[in-house]
Amino acid sequence: MPRRDDIRSILVLGSGPIVIGQACEFDYSGTQACRVLRREGYRVILANSNPATIMTDPEFADATYVEPLVPDMIEKILEIERPDAILPTVGGQTGINLALALSQRGSIERYGVELLGANESALRLGEDRLLFKDAMLEIGLDVPLSGIASSMSEASALIDEIGYPVIVRPSFTLGGEGGGVIFNRSELEGVVTGALTASPVGTALIEQSVLGWKEYELEVIRDQADNAIVVCSVENVDPMGVHTGDSITVAPQQTLSDPEYQQMRDEAFAVIRRVGVATGGSNIQFAVDPQSGRRVVIEMNPRVSRSSALASKATGFPIAKIAAQLAVGYTLDEIRNDITGKTFAAFEPTLDYTVVKIPRWAFEKFPASPNVLGTSMKSVGEVMAIGGNFREALMKGLSGLELDAELGQMESRASDPVTLRRRLSTPHGERIFAVFAALRQGWTVDEVNAATSIDRWFLREIERIVRIETELACWSVDTVPAALLRDAKHSGIADQRLAQLLGCAADAVRRALEEHEIRRVFKRVDTCAAEFPATTPYLYSTFGDEDEADPGSGEKVMILGSGPNRIGQGIEFDYCCVHAAFSLSKAGFETIMVNCNPETVSTDYDTSDRLYFEPLTMENVLAIYERERPSGVIVQLGGQTPLKLARGLEAAGVPILGTSPDAIDLAEDRKRFGTLLSEEGILQPRHGNASSLEEALSIADEIGFPVVVRPSYVLGGRAMAVCWNAASLERYMLHATDVSAGRPVLLDRFLQNATEIDLDLLCDGRTAVVCGILEHIEEAGIHSGDSAAVLPPHSVPPELLQRMREIAGRLALRLGVVGLMNVQFAVHEGEIYVLEVNPRASRTVPFIAKATGQPLVSFASLLMVGRTLEEIGFLEEPRLDRYFVKAPVFPFTRFPGNDPLLGPEMKSTGEVMGVSEDFGNAFAKAWIGAGNKVPLQGTVFISVNDRDKDAAVAVAQRLARTGFSLMATSGTARRLRDEGLEVRSVRKVAEGRPHIVDSLLNGEVQLIVNTPLGGESMVDDAEIRTTALRLGIPCVTTVSGAMAAAHGIESLRGDGLSARSLQAIYQDAAQRTRDSVEA
Amino acid sequence: MSVSVAGEASREEGVLLLEDGSCFRGWLASPGKRFGEVVFNTSMTGYQEILTDPSYCGQIVLMTQPHIGNYGTYAAAEESERPRVEGFVAREFTEVPSGIEGRPLIAYLKQHGIPALAGIDTRAVVRRLRQKGALRGVIASAADDREQLLAEVLAMPEMQGRALVDEVTCVEEYELPADGDEIAFLAVYDFGVKRNILRSLCGAGARLRVLPARTPASRCDELGVDGVVLSNGPGDPEPLHEIIANVRQLADSGRPLLGICLGHQLLGLAMGGSTFKLKFGHHGGNQPVRDLDDGTVAITAQNHGFALAGDSLPGNCRVTSVNLNDGTVEGFEVEGAPIFSVQYHPEAAPGPHDASRLFAAFLEAVRRQGSGAGRGAGDAPGEAASERPAAG
Repeated sequence: MPRRDDIRSILVLGSGPIVIGQACEFDYSGTQACRVLRREGYRVILANSNPATIMTDPEFADATYVEPLVPDMIEKILEIERPDAILPTVGGQTGINLALALSQRGSIERYGVELLGANESALRLGEDRLLFKDAMLEIGLDVPLSGIASSMSEASALIDEIGYPVIVRPSFTLGGEGGGVIFNRSELEGVVTGALTASPVGTALIEQSVLGWKEYELEVIRDQADNAIVVCSVENVDPMGVHTGDSITVAPQQTLSDPEYQQMRDEAFAVIRRVGVATGGSNIQFAVDPQSGRRVVIEMNPRVSRSSALASKATGFPIAKIAAQLAVGYTLDEIRNDITGKTFAAFEPTLDYTVVKIPRWAFEKFPASPNVLGTSMKSVGEVMAIGGNFREALMKGLSGLELDAELGQMESRASDPVTLRRRLSTPHGERIFAVFAALRQGWTVDEVNAATSIDRWFLREIERIVRIETELACWSVDTVPAALLRDAKHSGIADQRLAQLLGCAADAVRRALEEHEIRRVFKRVDTCAAEFPATTPYLYSTFGDEDEADPGSGEKVMILGSGPNRIGQGIEFDYCCVHAAFSLSKAGFETIMVNCNPETVSTDYDTSDRLYFEPLTMENVLAIYERERPSGVIVQLGGQTPLKLARGLEAAGVPILGTSPDAIDLAEDRKRFGTLLSEEGILQPRHGNASSLEEALSIADEIGFPVVVRPSYVLGGRAMAVCWNAASLERYMLHATDVSAGRPVLLDRFLQNATEIDLDLLCDGRTAVVCGILEHIEEAGIHSGDSAAVLPPHSVPPELLQRMREIAGRLALRLGVVGLMNVQFAVHEGEIYVLEVNPRASRTVPFIAKATGQPLVSFASLLMVGRTLEEIGFLEEPRLDRYFVKAPVFPFTRFPGNDPLLGPEMKSTGEVMGVSEDFGNAFAKAWIGAGNKVPLQGTVFISVNDRDKDAAVAVAQRLARTGFSLMATSGTARRLRDEGLEVRSVRKVAEGRPHIVDSLLNGEVQLIVNTPLGGESMVDDAEIRTTALRLGIPCVTTVSGAMAAAHGIESLRGDGLSARSLQAIYQDAAQRTRDSVEA
Repeated sequence: MSVSVAGEASREEGVLLLEDGSCFRGWLASPGKRFGEVVFNTSMTGYQEILTDPSYCGQIVLMTQPHIGNYGTYAAAEESERPRVEGFVAREFTEVPSGIEGRPLIAYLKQHGIPALAGIDTRAVVRRLRQKGALRGVIASAADDREQLLAEVLAMPEMQGRALVDEVTCVEEYELPADGDEIAFLAVYDFGVKRNILRSLCGAGARLRVLPARTPASRCDELGVDGVVLSNGPGDPEPLHEIIANVRQLADSGRPLLGICLGHQLLGLAMGGSTFKLKFGHHGGNQPVRDLDDGTVAITAQNHGFALAGDSLPGNCRVTSVNLNDGTVEGFEVEGAPIFSVQYHPEAAPGPHDASRLFAAFLEAVRRQGSGAGRGAGDAPGEAASERPAAG
């Protein structure tokens, strides 16, 4: 059936900021959907609050609304654009929840829009666990015993019926958030309360536990002719009990026989038909009892998902793109298979390789949470690896994780025989290393299986790696048998590791491999196991006879991506790499992308001319380089991942494009850089390096407390802290030694109440042009990634900004920057300090690009291949006629018990943008977009430390004027009363009951302003903040943030929310520029 | 040549040598030297069903999924009483299966004397077969003389023109009861029938009389069957002149007829059509088949190296479905007669169940025909047959 002509415009709902459970896979899906719908000739309207996405680039939609994803705002967009249809199924849980909210409010009907892909009843069936369970029973499928509870007593009654242990799954939450396992009565209340609170509808499913069962997922697609296919089967290595997003998974499934698999496939089709997903993709999860073979349906997602992104990358079958085409009327047999160019989408991909996905966690950022895995997803990113077999894929995946230690070290950490059994039986982020350790210590496969419930097949494969390593250690590089060496490489053992085991240098290993003709070859991912020729170069490496890379002969540029998402290195860098590919392709280069993150747009085979899905390690990158021989490699766009390789690549003779690795190193090396700044007469906070406690204390004495301390070479402010006195510095130093063994700790004078500024510029080596300047809303000391910020600055005097531009330009030329550079300044008592310089793409670049409408990364890429700013035509800092506020989002609700306090260590996972002509309004939009409930009235509780008391007065006055009642603890209350404000006093927790936490629990407080006392958060404070977090009461932890919030609330009470597309904003700006020229 | 690797028993290096002289090195997981036409199968599960499918007689089968043997072997997965392939090739064979029950695949292959070659760059072989078409080849020890081997490969007959049905058909007739209520009594011509065809028919309510391939059509009259099924089987259908003539008689008898795979090709030839050899055939579980009547697509299991030429069929034959990838004929029917035929495997095993309703549809046609025309002569089913244990 041809495309539908009865609809002309489609509103695509994006998924908003990156959060745990919803990351850049939805940028990948959404970008594909927008692209293909536009190509089909529809007017595409996009709503997504996340500015760091490719999909919100203005060329991917006709109207792009970077606005908060809340029903009110979507209604405004519907009002302005009057689309014919909404596509809710590519925007994750956010898209589904919005669509359901709009249905409930009657707006779908009121605006006469159609929900494409899945209608309201299908969405509801997929999401409402009770309805779903009943539907499954109705079509004769097996499900775990379960029931819905909306209160503690209902939950308790259900558990009496089902028996312990049970799994609690809150309704309508993302990535299992708020859920958990209850093993005994004492855990009942905590888990159930958490789940009922987390659910927006206040209900949770209490489900019979199938812990330890094998877990499977099928990615199913259906079209309107009722054709259905399975794109990919996935088997979880970690059995039931660990969220699939936290499991190591394998594609295709490995341990089911054909009848077992085909029956599961039949059931998956029955599910998608019963739920009523008319067109598009769904993810259906099953559990299989390894003893009896009994199979139960666990859940289904009537939309594209993280798993569907993984399945797309694992097979070469682009699920989101096809789903979008199906949504507008095509059938599977009408859509061409991109990779073969000849066959159609109506078939099932077959894999002649093995794919492994491994999650990456950030537990180190949330020390109060145990790194235990359960039904609530905790990982922040993932890596996918493709290998000729499971062992190779697993080892490639582990090396692509870029852990802070080598694999061998990770294993020895886990190998303490006393705790090993517990490390195996309790799922946690490093369990895979415990499995290696146990097998190496002589545990049998059956013993490890008994402890972990991991299928014996996976364990035997891992055991084989261990056996090969053990055998290798008996030989030297000159005597090792060729067959053993071949087995080792076939099993994914890295050259570095081989060198260790054979007791030689890595060079000697490479020579031995060459001698024995053991070759790394590149093969294609082609959906069909080579049955048809593949025209799309989507490649991975393995060891074998034949290489299919078939490199082109044109001028080539290789772009190194940013690897798995982690806190501090996420979608922003993928955005940059994608832009480099787009712009250099357009400029006539053949682009080669190297990355191993399955969630991203960069690993879409459509993004670059050639895609190598490989770990970003020296061994793998050099192998690709040697095969392709590009004229240069770009390392400055993918964050720390490629930068870490830059020096080594250069030493191996690889030409690095743009700013030299030495200049990058110069900027990162505190000593060299300090000298450079002194030479230039530029101020920086006083600082020093310490390798011992004594040294640290003496340096601190010299530069004065408070000091910022951090290990050298870290990402996202890892283990960074502010020490206010000798006692806290001592504590830090004791703790820090294991953070960065052998490396000194850096101490900087902490500039109190300083304003922090981010400046990004482009430089071609001769000229530097500023792209944009962001003023942080939180004062210096809060990690720049965690601070809200505004472009352009709203409170820094123009002459200071001018001086910063001049300093930044001078530094860029001095460093010889070719490409992008970021400078972080602090303004302290009228002086400008340089905090750091990053001669590479920074986290703020996509935000500035989105605000200004300038393709900054495309420009940077062209500079790196030799163009000048003049040739590109970027000679002037873009002017802005409104405020663009960036607000971070935090994963604190996933890590209960951690104080949601901001500091120098980055904790946010993503960000949103709020735009308005008024600063307060822009801030409010960003605040809402970041998922906060913004109160327009009620009571604000204020409790601030002495340093903040002056500033807090202004906040209190502003909020009181807006109509808020004030509540405060004694000290703050006294101060506010002195200023003539009316304040209700409340006891601190330590002062006896009723106290402030009681007031919070009783719903007496709608907004909290709570700054930590002396940097040492007291128990009292922490309890207030964690309670607020649990109850969803917005809690601002800096006074400057509170001031911005007050502005925001005031503006919301006045003007409310308005919507404007980026395209219209750019037009306004252009018009104003023209007007000013004419005037 | 053998080396000890990681404590495993010593293993013998082996090769897959193709008629074009290309040679792929690996090691012999199960020893032996066997010749055959080399084909690749893209199914990701169901290796034991493939091994035991009689249609693979005369062929060395290479699996594209790298890990083969993961869940072991078990009796219910056998599509005939033993492995029928000449040899088996994969990247990796699992030594100890996942579960506690399955028996290791390699032990099964060794027991049946089927050589298995592991450690091969299977994708390189597939790409060669794709470019050159199915090739004759041999699995042998790496120590064997290559030139001698190549000469032997070139001396073996090509698949085109090879009649292999007699090697796999049953020796004697046997009968299988219907599961539950009997809807119809059918004859199944065993050209190398897969057990799941029999199981599917019994499951749909048919009592079956399984007949050796060269049983004359008149036997069906004697048995008084309500319909006839022509099974799958190996080799080239074209040289099976006697069988083709017999099928023609069956078609003219007015009884409902269902052809599957080789049975479909024989039916086409009997109707006056012609067949041709596909370049490298269809062997896998992901072949899309478009129903020309309602436009829907079924994902099917297939295993064939020959195909019916669509334009060769006479006017009274109507093509009902085609392969979406290459447009080859996947099914036809004879107008005005209850005769259907499909190139794919509705019984799957291994593969998707999308087309399994075909058996019920055929039985429905048989039932309709029966109520209209009544049964033929000799209305005494089963009396002359020797009983054999159920193959299903």
